[in-house]
Amino acid sequence: MELAKAIILAGCAIGAGLALIAGIGPGIGEGYAVGKALESIGRQPECKGDVTSTMLLGCAIAETTGIYGFVTGLLLIFVAPGIFTGML
Amino acid sequence: MNVDIHGPRIFFTIPVLGGIPITETMVYSLGLTLLILGVCFFLTRDLRVRAVSKRQVVAEFLVETAQNFVNGNMGERFAYYGPLTAALFASSLLSSLLSLFGLFPPTSDLNTPLSWALMVFVLITYTKMRTGGVGGYLKGFTQPIPVLTPFNILSELATPISMAFRHFGNIVSGSVITSLVYAALAAASTAVIGLLSGTVFLPLILAALGVAMLITGFKGNKLPRKVVGVVAVALGVLGALGYAGTVLDIPVLQVGIPAVLSVYFDLFSSFMQAFIFCMLTTLYIANAAEE
Repeated sequence: MELAKAIILAGCAIGAGLALIAGIGPGIGEGYAVGKALESIGRQPECKGDVTSTMLLGCAIAETTGIYGFVTGLLLIFVAPGIFTGML
Repeated sequence: MNVDIHGPRIFFTIPVLGGIPITETMVYSLGLTLLILGVCFFLTRDLRVRAVSKRQVVAEFLVETAQNFVNGNMGERFAYYGPLTAALFASSLLSSLLSLFGLFPPTSDLNTPLSWALMVFVLITYTKMRTGGVGGYLKGFTQPIPVLTPFNILSELATPISMAFRHFGNIVSGSVITSLVYAALAAASTAVIGLLSGTVFLPLILAALGVAMLITGFKGNKLPRKVVGVVAVALGVLGALGYAGTVLDIPVLQVGIPAVLSVYFDLFSSFMQAFIFCMLTTLYIANAAEE
């Protein structure tokens, strides 16, 4: 019983860590988007306002997958251990 | 080291229908709604055409900003979505900003953004049905080829879920990181100050040394001595405080440092998420009318 609980907790903790690997994608994507936005501002400084607001919107949407990973991690830490130990 | 990450606390339970819990989310949301209503009533009292008051200028500015936002994103024919967007923005922004006062922000409860997102989803579906009729709406799922129908249904359902989780996740990640930083700073101040305040003499010697450095630094007008002196005096005072703090147990390092994080996570992120939620609302609805 104790061993089963320990395995559940370890599995949840490892899973939460793995879930946060999802943060890599948005990091690269947002960095690329910001880089391109800076390039375009450099080319046409008069478009700065439009480019910035569009870039922020795009970044927020690109962030979604990372947020899914984060929510999964939260569920694995706070919710899943209770559910799984209740199943034993 | 105790990390305190929790959901909304339950104040009390109404014993109807198997118990309806009254949580922090509900109480604070209701309070914010009343606050927004009160501000609206206050700002729109005795409006005039000539000789406008300062209050009216503020009200006109707010209304015009919201209206320009909606007109710019959706076009003139959807001007009636202005009040809805402004209401969403105000509730979202004020809810998230509650964390500045150390209260539980209602937006870090999934129920709040999910209910907004479901409302927007209903509006999107309604707009689609009104544009193409119910038949056209159902037919839209089989475009471009009927094989893609399950994926179209999935992507339709993903809209409210992604909107809700984006808002929720951003606010919650801020509060999780802030509470982790608070716990880490408490541990660090116990360690650093505990090391310094092992005896009373160490901080006193440090402070005296720092004062001496400061005096010579000001006399000779040397910058490095001033800097080192300030650091030494600060460490000495902190050590002395920590010596008192071992009795009082005050985490000295928690003063001021988290404010830097707060500027990003509370001010910037709250504003950003409210803006993005409204932007997506207007864009989705305007997009639904075009199909």
